[in-house]
Amino acid sequence: MGTLGRKDLLDLEGLTAEEIGMILDEAEAFREVGLRPVKKVPALRGRTVINLFFEPSTRTATSFHLAAQRLSADVLDIKVGDSSVKKGETLLDTVATFEAMDLGVLILRTAHSGSAAFVARHSRASIVNAGDGMHEHPTQGLLDLFTLRRRFGRVEGLEVAIVGDVLHSRVARSDVWGLLKLGARVRLCGPATLCPQALAAVWEGAFPGRVRVVHELEAALEGADAVQVLRIQLERLQRFLFPSTREYSRHYCLTSARLRGAKPGCLVMHPGPMNRGLEISGGVADGPQSAIRGQVANGVAVRMAVLHLLAGSEEAA
Amino acid sequence: MNPDAPFPGRAEAAPLLITGARLIDPAAGVDGAMALLVEGGRVAALGPGAERRAAELPGVERHDAAGLWMLPGLVDLHVHLREPGQEGKETIASGTRAAAAGGITTVVAMPNTLPATDSVAIVELVRAKAREGGVVRVLPAAAVTKARQGAELAEIGELARAGVVVFTDDGDGVANAELMRRALEYGAMFGVLLVEHCEDKALSAGGVMNEGTVSLRLGLRGWPKAAEASYVARDLVLAEATGARVHFAHLSGRASLDLVRAAKAKGLRVTAETAPHYFALSEAWLAEHPYDTAGKMNPPLGSEEDRLAVVQALRDGTLDCIATDHAPHGGLDKNVEFDQAAFGILGLETSLALTLDVLVRPGRITPARAVELLSAKPAELLGLKGVRGTLAVGADADLCLVDPEEAWTVDPERFQSLSRNTPFAGRTLTGRVKRTLVAGRWVYADGRGILD
Repeated sequence: MGTLGRKDLLDLEGLTAEEIGMILDEAEAFREVGLRPVKKVPALRGRTVINLFFEPSTRTATSFHLAAQRLSADVLDIKVGDSSVKKGETLLDTVATFEAMDLGVLILRTAHSGSAAFVARHSRASIVNAGDGMHEHPTQGLLDLFTLRRRFGRVEGLEVAIVGDVLHSRVARSDVWGLLKLGARVRLCGPATLCPQALAAVWEGAFPGRVRVVHELEAALEGADAVQVLRIQLERLQRFLFPSTREYSRHYCLTSARLRGAKPGCLVMHPGPMNRGLEISGGVADGPQSAIRGQVANGVAVRMAVLHLLAGSEEAA
Repeated sequence: MNPDAPFPGRAEAAPLLITGARLIDPAAGVDGAMALLVEGGRVAALGPGAERRAAELPGVERHDAAGLWMLPGLVDLHVHLREPGQEGKETIASGTRAAAAGGITTVVAMPNTLPATDSVAIVELVRAKAREGGVVRVLPAAAVTKARQGAELAEIGELARAGVVVFTDDGDGVANAELMRRALEYGAMFGVLLVEHCEDKALSAGGVMNEGTVSLRLGLRGWPKAAEASYVARDLVLAEATGARVHFAHLSGRASLDLVRAAKAKGLRVTAETAPHYFALSEAWLAEHPYDTAGKMNPPLGSEEDRLAVVQALRDGTLDCIATDHAPHGGLDKNVEFDQAAFGILGLETSLALTLDVLVRPGRITPARAVELLSAKPAELLGLKGVRGTLAVGADADLCLVDPEEAWTVDPERFQSLSRNTPFAGRTLTGRVKRTLVAGRWVYADGRGILD
C-alpha cells in the first residue's frame, strides 16, 4: 500500500480534505516531471497497471495510460463492449484473471454505479474508479480541483457553478464533494429535469447551505469564480428530459455574452468531449478564460499522483 | 376435500393436547391461556373441554407450551417458490420448509414460474410437488393473462373450477387498462381474488431504487413512488366501475396508501397487503449499505415517510395483510453490480419475528392485530374463513407456538431456504417461532429443524 494508506480510490465522498490536499500536492510535483525532456520516474517500475474500460473513452484512458507509463509501470489497455460482460460474476472473473498476472492497479470504468466499490470488495488489487455509471469520477474531480487551485492559489471560498445534466453526471458528483470538502460553494444549474431541486439535499446534511440549485444560467453565473460546463448527451432526448438541442442551447449554452455576467476572469472548465454550440460556444471554449486544455494536461499529473500514492513504494517517492 | 391437504397416504397423527399457551385468535375473539385438543387434523376442543376430552382418549400426545403464544398458522398470500423453472433458487420442498420455520402453514405460490402457471396442468404439477415434498399447504395462484404476457386472458374459469382462488401477473401488473377491466368483470363471476402488482413501467423504467436523496447521492437510477400510486389509482377507478374486488400486492408508498384509505372509506371492495421490509426498512438502509443488492427489491424500499405511512396503514386497517413477497435469488443474481442484480429478498423465515419486533413490541399494533394481518385476514381473502386463520373448534389444526421474549440473530446460513438474500442478516429480533403444526402434525421445532 502506498502513502495514501488506502487500497483504492473509489470516490471523493470518502476522502478527507487532507487526503485531497496530499494528492494535489503530489500532482504539483508530478506536473514538474511533465515539463522535463525525459518525463519518466521509476516509482511504479515492475508493477502492472490495467486499464479496463467497459465504456468508450479516449481522454481518460489515454491520460491514465500516460500517467502509468511515466511512472514506469507495465500498462495494459483493455476495452470491452459492455455487452460481453452482462453479469458481475463475469466482471469478477475477469478481474480474478488479471490478479493471477500479479495485477497491481486496476483502473476501471463501467456504466454501473457502485461497480468500482463492488470490484474493490472482491479484489486484492488497488482499484481506481475511472467513472462508475452516474456515481463518481474521482480523478476528474481531482483534476478540476487541481486546475482551480493552480489558477486561484486556493479552492476555499470560491463560488463555482456546475451547469448541465447534473442528474446523470458522475463528474458533477465528484466535483461537488471535492469542492465542498475544500471549502468552496457550489451552484448547480440546469433544467429541472436534469438538475432537480432535490439534488441540494444530497449535500445539505454534511455541508448545510453550501449547495444551491438554480434553473437560470444567468443566476448561476452571477458572482461565480469558475464554471464547469457538462456535456449534454443526446440520448436524454429519448427520455423526455428536454425538448430539443435548440431549446437547450437557448437557455443553457455558455456564450461570451452570458459569461460577462460572471466575475471578471471567471474560469471556464469542461470535462470533455465538448458539443460546441450546444452547451458551450466555440468562442468561450477557445477564449482567454478557458482552462479546458489545461485540464487535460493537469489530468496526467493528477493521475500520476493517484497511482503513486496508492501503489508506489515509500522509498521511490 | 382440501386440494392443498398435505401428507396424503400417511397414517393419521395421534390426538394432541397443547396446554399452557396464550391462545391469540382474534377471528374467534379469543385471547387467553387455553388448552387446545387436535383430533383428525382439526381443532377438536378448547379450554377445560379439551382437557376433559383428552383424559377420555387413548394415546394422546401432550405438549406443554407454558410461556408461549399459540397462534393460528400464518397464511402468506405472496410467496415465490420458483418451481417449476428456477429450482436452484428455491423448490416447493425448500420453500415450504422455510415457511414452516417461520410459522407459516399456508402459502400462496406466485405464478411467475417457468413456464408461467397459467393452466390447470401446471397448477396440478405444483400441487403434486407440494404433496410429495411440501411440509406446509400450498395454494397455487394462476396468471391473469396467458403466459403472463398481458395480451390475452388466461382461462380463469377453468382454473377457478380447478380450485384456484388467486389470479395475478405478479412481477408485472396488467398494464392494459381494458384487459384489466375485463379481468375484473370476468373473474368476478367466479369469485376469484385478482391481485395486482402495481408498477407503471414507463415511470419505473430503468429504476433500481427509490427516487430520492439516496439515489441521487449513489448515482442509482431512481424509481418514483408515483409508479405505484398512479397504478393503484387506475385500478381503483376500474374496481369502482366494475364493482369487482381487487387486492393490491406489496404496497410500499404513502401516496398509494392514501388512495386505498379513501377508496375503502367510499366502500370499494379493495384490500391490500404490504411486506415486512416496507415497515422494517427504508431507503436509509441503502445509504448505510451502499450498493448492497440485499436492499434491492420491487417495489423499492421507500423514504422514511413511506415507512411510517405503512406502519400507520397497518394500524388503521388501510392495509389488510402482511405477506412476505419471499423472492429467493442466488449469487449469480445478487453478487453482481447493483444495476444488474435481481429484485427481491427472502421473507418466510423472518416475517413473524419482524412483525413482533418492529410492530408489536413497541406497541404500534397489538398481538391480536398482528394475527389478523398475518393469518385471519389473508385466510378470509382466500375464502377460508373459519377453516384457516383461526383455531376455533372445527378449524384446520394449523398453528405455531411463539416465544415472544426470545431474542435471536438472523443468520441466513441457517435458513431452510435454498437462498440467502436478506438485508436482515445479523439483525437481532425479539420473538421466535418455537414450533409449527400443520394438519395436526408437528412440522418444525426450533433446535431440531424440520420434522419429516
